[in-house]
Amino acid sequence: MSDAVKHRSPTAPPRSFIWTRRIALTLLGLFTGIPLWVMVSSSVKSLVEVQNAFHWLPTHLTLSPYIDMWSTVPLGHYFLNSAIVASCSTAVSVVIAVFAAYAVSRYRFAGRKVFSVTVLSTQMFPGILFLLPLYLIFVNIGNSTGIQLSDTRLGLIITFLTFTLPFSIWMLVGYFDSIPRDLDEAASVDGSGPISTLFKILVPAALPGIVTVAVYSFMTAWGEVLFASVMTDDSTRTLAVGLRDYASQNDVYWNQIMAASLVVSIPVVAGFLLMQKYLIAGLTAGAVK
Amino acid sequence: MVAAPDVTRPPHRSKPPAAKARRRLSWANLRRGGLPYLFLLPAVCFELLVHVIPMLVGIWISFKQLTQFFIRDWSAAPGAGLRNYRIALNFDNAVGKQLLHSFFVTLSFTVLVVALSWLLGSGAAVLMQDRFKGRGLLRTYFLVPYALPAYTAAITWEFIFQRDNGLLNQIIVHELHLTKTAPFWLIGDNSFTALVITAVWRTWPFAFLVVTAGMQSIPGDLYEAAAIDGAGVWQRIRKITMPSLRPVNQVLLLVLFLWNFNDFNTPFVLFGSVPPAQSNLLSLQIYDTSFQNWNFGSGAAMSVLLLLFLLLVTAVYLVATNRRKSTEHV
Repeated sequence: MSDAVKHRSPTAPPRSFIWTRRIALTLLGLFTGIPLWVMVSSSVKSLVEVQNAFHWLPTHLTLSPYIDMWSTVPLGHYFLNSAIVASCSTAVSVVIAVFAAYAVSRYRFAGRKVFSVTVLSTQMFPGILFLLPLYLIFVNIGNSTGIQLSDTRLGLIITFLTFTLPFSIWMLVGYFDSIPRDLDEAASVDGSGPISTLFKILVPAALPGIVTVAVYSFMTAWGEVLFASVMTDDSTRTLAVGLRDYASQNDVYWNQIMAASLVVSIPVVAGFLLMQKYLIAGLTAGAVK
Repeated sequence: MVAAPDVTRPPHRSKPPAAKARRRLSWANLRRGGLPYLFLLPAVCFELLVHVIPMLVGIWISFKQLTQFFIRDWSAAPGAGLRNYRIALNFDNAVGKQLLHSFFVTLSFTVLVVALSWLLGSGAAVLMQDRFKGRGLLRTYFLVPYALPAYTAAITWEFIFQRDNGLLNQIIVHELHLTKTAPFWLIGDNSFTALVITAVWRTWPFAFLVVTAGMQSIPGDLYEAAAIDGAGVWQRIRKITMPSLRPVNQVLLLVLFLWNFNDFNTPFVLFGSVPPAQSNLLSLQIYDTSFQNWNFGSGAAMSVLLLLFLLLVTAVYLVATNRRKSTEHV
């Protein structure tokens, strides 16, 4: 406020604006923060305490939820499943998308438009639309060839491509388009072939974009519930479904659920905040498109 | 700032039409012409595998009487003709009535969440347009709900909404004394409120993010010129910020609508696979029909209907917004 008083430039906001801002942002801050506080504070409470009326502060600070959560349910195993599935589907879709985006961004060819429209439109389709047939296809493949896909990590990786792949292609086309063509034309004049142009010029230049796409794909895969709830069994369960297991017949281990939720959120929130600048540019470009 | 994919890309310069005309059928040229297809091949294969074929299979099974008895060998399922669609759209019988009900639940859920998220998101973005102390930190903080995995966010809210040991009832019953008896939040009418709150909490940061980015492309001298002309800050918001954001908002609203209309994570985590009737969203309804009642044919028909509705909404929306844009420029 003091700076508003000191030099009143013509664009300096009036007091009414500053107060509106303070009140509105405080309320929004509370709205955002209260669940986060519930998570953090409940994760250091005892089981008895989370089963009784809620208290803002833990009466007995304990770290036991963070220790017990690994043995109450096979959290480590779920963690591993999620990590494998999310990183594999991310890796596969980013690699495929780099080539596809190169073709779409740098070549004119028949069917280019059809391909782009298909990729873009599948992003808006509900996941349930693909889940049902994919499940049946997997069952059928399993019956006729013996290759088990449902309830396996491989099957889950494939189904996760339904959302990681179109997103990756679409975003990478955007990033490649933003790289001046002069760069790869110069390289091709110098005798560089298409593949080496891609890997020597475009991939390094778009590296922040590629990393961003990877981080975001990983985040979406890490948070996916729908496919994971149908396509997994006890041994391949991911975190999205596995956290349900903290609710037993008699007790719901809310303190451990909150501790586990925090721990599984840390990788993606950290990734998001680290890549924030690039993610925002890419995401908003995708949305504004 | 924003690496926007350009709609009207300039034609590739290295291939002028003259070169195209001179092209002869040689191995080298064939390889050149086939090259983009080669790069596209893996993507096309996987697109077929995860999108195109499942979609065709989905349409095909929507005409089949595919129940649990035929899951093992679903190609043997008897044909159903339009029966699945007739049942889904017959609003006098139980299935159709339920579907219609969850359609309206989904619609009101989506409209509410989109409207609230958009209001909160653009409000915050507009208020945070000017620099102030701690702005960067606050922006990052606001993004945390969006960065959290969907299920951890919904689980936390589920805990908040617990009747006996949740935070919400603690506040309204014991701290504010608004009611004497603690209400249920996850069953009955209140479940809809709980669902909307949870979804808004997760969605509004995205609206904030997109509007913030959209505002960065508004030239600063526009504001200065308006200020020199004597326009106050509220007037500048109304006359410059909001109109400039129109194209951004058009896309944002469509994206938010589609996301929330298709949302499965939030209700599924909040309520489990059998939600209260007041909060039975379409995606859950289809999930239920397919994986709880094992009626895949019916579930597929509902998915196809959902898709048709979304395509219709998108088409109408795009036509409506484009028309306005083109008349504006005349």
